[in-house]
Amino acid sequence: RCVSRTHVNYEVKDNVAVIRINDPTSKVNTLTRQLQDDMMEVLNEVWGNSAVKSAVIISTKPGCFIAGANIDMIKVCKSAEEVSKLSKEGQMMFEKIEKSPIPFVAAVNGTCMGGGLEFAIACHYRVATKSKKTVMALPEVMLGLLPGAGGTQRMPKMLGLPTAFDVMLTGRSIRADKAKKMGLVHHVIDPLGPGVKDPEERLIEYLEEVAVGVAKGLAKKTVTVEKKKGLMQKVQDAVLGIPLVRNQVYKTVTQKVMKQTKGLYPAPLSIIEAVQAGVEKGPAEGYHVEAVNFGKLAMTPESRALIGLYQGQVACKKNNFGKPEREVKSLAVLGAGLMGAGIAQVTVDKGVATILKDTTTEGLARGHDQVYKGLNDKAKKKSITTFERDMTLSFLKGQLDYSGFEKVDMVIEAVFEDLSIKHKVLKEVEAVIPPHCIFASNTSALPIREIAAASKRPEKVIGMHYFSPVDKMQLLEIITTDKTSKDTTASAVAVGLKQGKVIIVVGDGPGFYTTRCLAPTLVEGIRILQEGVGPKKLDSLTTGFGFPVGVSTLIDEVGVDVAAHVAEDLGKAFGSRFGGGNVDVLKTMIQKGFKGRKSGKGCYVYSAKKKDKQVNSGTEEILKAFKLTAPPAVSGDEDVQYRLVSRFVNEAALCLQEGILADPVQGDIGAVFGLGFPPCLGGPFRFLDSFGADKLVQKMKRYEDAYGNQFTPCQLLLDYAKDPSKKFHK
Amino acid sequence: FNRPAVLSKSKKTLSKPGVRNVVLVEGVRTPFLQAGTTYADLMAHDLARGALQGLLNRTAFPKEAVDYIVYGTVIQEVKTSNVAREAALGAGFSDKTPAHTVTMACISSNQAMTTAVGLVASGQCDAVVAGGVEFMSDVPIRHSRKMRKMMLSLNRARTLGARLSLLGSLRLSHLVPELPAVSEFSTAEMMGHSADRLAAAFGISRLDQDEFALRSHVLAKKAQDEGLLTDIVDFKVPGKDIVSKDNGIRPSTMEQMSKLKPAFIKPHGTVTAANSSYLTDGASAVLIMSEEKALAMGYKPKAYLSPTYAIPKVLERSGLTLADIDAFEFHEAFAGQVLANLTAMESDWFAQNCMGRKAKVGAPPMEKFNLWGGSLSLGHPFAATGCRLVTMVAHRLKKEGGQYGLVAACAAGGQGHAMLVEACPQ
Repeated sequence: RCVSRTHVNYEVKDNVAVIRINDPTSKVNTLTRQLQDDMMEVLNEVWGNSAVKSAVIISTKPGCFIAGANIDMIKVCKSAEEVSKLSKEGQMMFEKIEKSPIPFVAAVNGTCMGGGLEFAIACHYRVATKSKKTVMALPEVMLGLLPGAGGTQRMPKMLGLPTAFDVMLTGRSIRADKAKKMGLVHHVIDPLGPGVKDPEERLIEYLEEVAVGVAKGLAKKTVTVEKKKGLMQKVQDAVLGIPLVRNQVYKTVTQKVMKQTKGLYPAPLSIIEAVQAGVEKGPAEGYHVEAVNFGKLAMTPESRALIGLYQGQVACKKNNFGKPEREVKSLAVLGAGLMGAGIAQVTVDKGVATILKDTTTEGLARGHDQVYKGLNDKAKKKSITTFERDMTLSFLKGQLDYSGFEKVDMVIEAVFEDLSIKHKVLKEVEAVIPPHCIFASNTSALPIREIAAASKRPEKVIGMHYFSPVDKMQLLEIITTDKTSKDTTASAVAVGLKQGKVIIVVGDGPGFYTTRCLAPTLVEGIRILQEGVGPKKLDSLTTGFGFPVGVSTLIDEVGVDVAAHVAEDLGKAFGSRFGGGNVDVLKTMIQKGFKGRKSGKGCYVYSAKKKDKQVNSGTEEILKAFKLTAPPAVSGDEDVQYRLVSRFVNEAALCLQEGILADPVQGDIGAVFGLGFPPCLGGPFRFLDSFGADKLVQKMKRYEDAYGNQFTPCQLLLDYAKDPSKKFHK
Repeated sequence: FNRPAVLSKSKKTLSKPGVRNVVLVEGVRTPFLQAGTTYADLMAHDLARGALQGLLNRTAFPKEAVDYIVYGTVIQEVKTSNVAREAALGAGFSDKTPAHTVTMACISSNQAMTTAVGLVASGQCDAVVAGGVEFMSDVPIRHSRKMRKMMLSLNRARTLGARLSLLGSLRLSHLVPELPAVSEFSTAEMMGHSADRLAAAFGISRLDQDEFALRSHVLAKKAQDEGLLTDIVDFKVPGKDIVSKDNGIRPSTMEQMSKLKPAFIKPHGTVTAANSSYLTDGASAVLIMSEEKALAMGYKPKAYLSPTYAIPKVLERSGLTLADIDAFEFHEAFAGQVLANLTAMESDWFAQNCMGRKAKVGAPPMEKFNLWGGSLSLGHPFAATGCRLVTMVAHRLKKEGGQYGLVAACAAGGQGHAMLVEACPQ
């Protein structure tokens, strides 16, 4: 029978069954059908062998215990019942382990997520390595699902209600030492340095040796599973033993979830329901609700959207342009402003020697401080040590001149958004850099071909559009012109990936993809403000639709001057389609010094002390001066929301139609990760698929009648509206 | 012990034409005592002075003929930060003889000797005293940073009001003292913890480590009983007895050793108190000279010295192979660390992946290895160990009739040191 077993195997060492997992068909272990069948077979053999007194579950795959359930297994299911069945099978397997006559030790090295962690917590004892790759999490909520293999039932028992909710509702990653503190693992071991073989290979062996030792101890009862509870834990347990208190916990958690999700995400509520069922009504009911809810969630458009985003993100973390001819080992950033310093930070963070050049010592000092602060914040949070902070900072070299540029492999300019300045630095840089060096422009709207016009070697010129704050925003939009060489693109993508970015590669044009979608949305926002909807109301309407940041706040965050600049530039390029609101509103705001958050005033007034921001009365007066009458037929709350969204989505579709976007996946990823398009909708194209292009076109036609051609649906939308079987995502 | 080893050497001698030969004339040390025992009330420079005076007494060397003094120390007593100078003046050396202190963790005195060899080889000096001292019975424990900051501000405060308001800011947390770092600054890891991981990485078992530690103690006891530890000079502790023997040599049994719990990685670690070196007080000193000057002054030098970093380098540079070496003296910080090093030297994988070599270095044969005990049994006053190793290998070469000796030591911060020693013609 061993012949057919490919994913799981075992050996008996000193009465301990060592069960080893390794999926030979993939870089990571996932809970596939094959793996589960192999596992059940092995478990039955182990239980049938009276010489086995305890067991160890370990993965021999480097960097991965079990990464989770296999998403494709869920995606192919056609009904909620089918998915529930998968959940029940998982529940049963893990329950068998939990109730096993012999103790099980989970030996965890590397990713241990979702179903993998549910597997581990079904075991009686957990040993984990403190390797950087060892991460535990129940990230199902981020996919619009719940931990469907007993996770909602075991976690509360193991961690207590509040922590269990925190882990399951945020899906956050937990490192081994933190897991030890929380009581999620019993024992941790430090990673090893080089010995007489590959360190990780030896670490897995060592982990196995330690786990076997624990397993023997458990069998002989010299090791106990019980942990000593601290006073706080005892108090918490006692308090949570009172049903009334527990009810209050459920209520508070639900309120918190509703506040954060605006009720747009069903998964967190389902998780609370499953936990509550198990705690209040017993395990049978708990497991039942968990399985049923799991099935229901898998069929929701929210889950499909989130899974789509997850898979899109994985796709956008690959380099589809091949291996660059030479690796970028040293890089220079021009301009030590917010963006420049941010780019420098994410670059030195990965050990790449980086020159940060500015024109003034003040600018340079500010930029250097920004990088230091970014790293120091990490040190304060203990995600790096102060020593690592200092070592990382040593890769940064601040300077005012071009010395050393003759050795850099890539220059990223982040100077002021003005074509003539960009031309000036491009020429200066090209005079000093080596022939192979790539020149990248971090611009949010200036067409790259216009910048490259000043270049002697346009094949080495590319756009790299970062988002602010660079160290927090995941997206990087890379813009290629028809002259950009493939190797230049490959190199830019490789650098972006090293910086940890999710990357979309788009064609050149005013505003590229992201800024082009943002501009009409902002202009419509201004129109809505002019029509008398206050900034606060506009914010709540947009966040209520699922945008993480409301439009008024977004204008302040982006900067009123930047918004005006972009609206005007793109307005010139695209004509009346980018009309609607009056750019003079923004210009008047700038005149009065209301430049947004950076100047302390914009749509709102910002002060360091008050958390609750107040609407800026100065801006309200300006809006009154520019007041327009709202056509009543299209000015209800829902219409306001769809006016904003339809302009966004229409422009995205136009980008796909014109070939600026290569595919809908990159369009969705760019919109969600760069602009905060509602994640529950999965991006403009996923939204069109689930909402229906025809329905959106109908709405747009109504708006077109009231406002004019800024709402005219593009041809691609009309095509998809005509044929409902056409979908952007398969 | 009289092997005809000299005949089969790949090289007759290490001396090169046109280069001054640097020799070890004499080496001494105070007895190494476990911290907190008889030396407890002294200070570091007292022990250092003892070693320096002992060296002078034994050699009858004219003090004014010493050109330079280099001394190592790891945990610094802040009152005597240049402990070399304090000890030298106290020992009656000329105040015209410059003295500086070096620190390089457990290879501090190795570095002191290396500096001395360099000074002599380059012709800047003819006679240099090198050594090292460590005093673990007392370590500087500081006020917290907050408290220090407040006290310094208090110094500058002019008015009573300013002083009172500063004192008013005193909180309980100010009073928490700061111990000297037990863990390395850059890695935040303790040595013992690191040694345990090292042993695990090389698959060195607890049994192997205990056996090696036992071997060290048994050999040290034998050497002590046979009177081979002649580098020791007596030390008179004021108000107490004269100390003339190391007090940490304690051969135990495997059974007793196996009962100990791991000291650092609990509960599955393998490094215990019994297979680690212990906190030790002690000082050492050596007299390093040019050969011609030593001979001219009528001394019989013990050995030629040729230091560099790490064993394969030192061998390749001198054109020797491991087989040429008659006596090995390796520092034993932890049994696990020594055994891991020996395993690494025997491993092709390690040589290829971690050293950029084509093939393994090869490990020394145990019958030539640390035959008179080592740091595990004799004790390990961090900065004094290097000179102890070199003097001991010189004495072993003489006693065993060998020609070449190899000294190697590891230090915190991932550094290592090796030195080739060649016996001088008798």
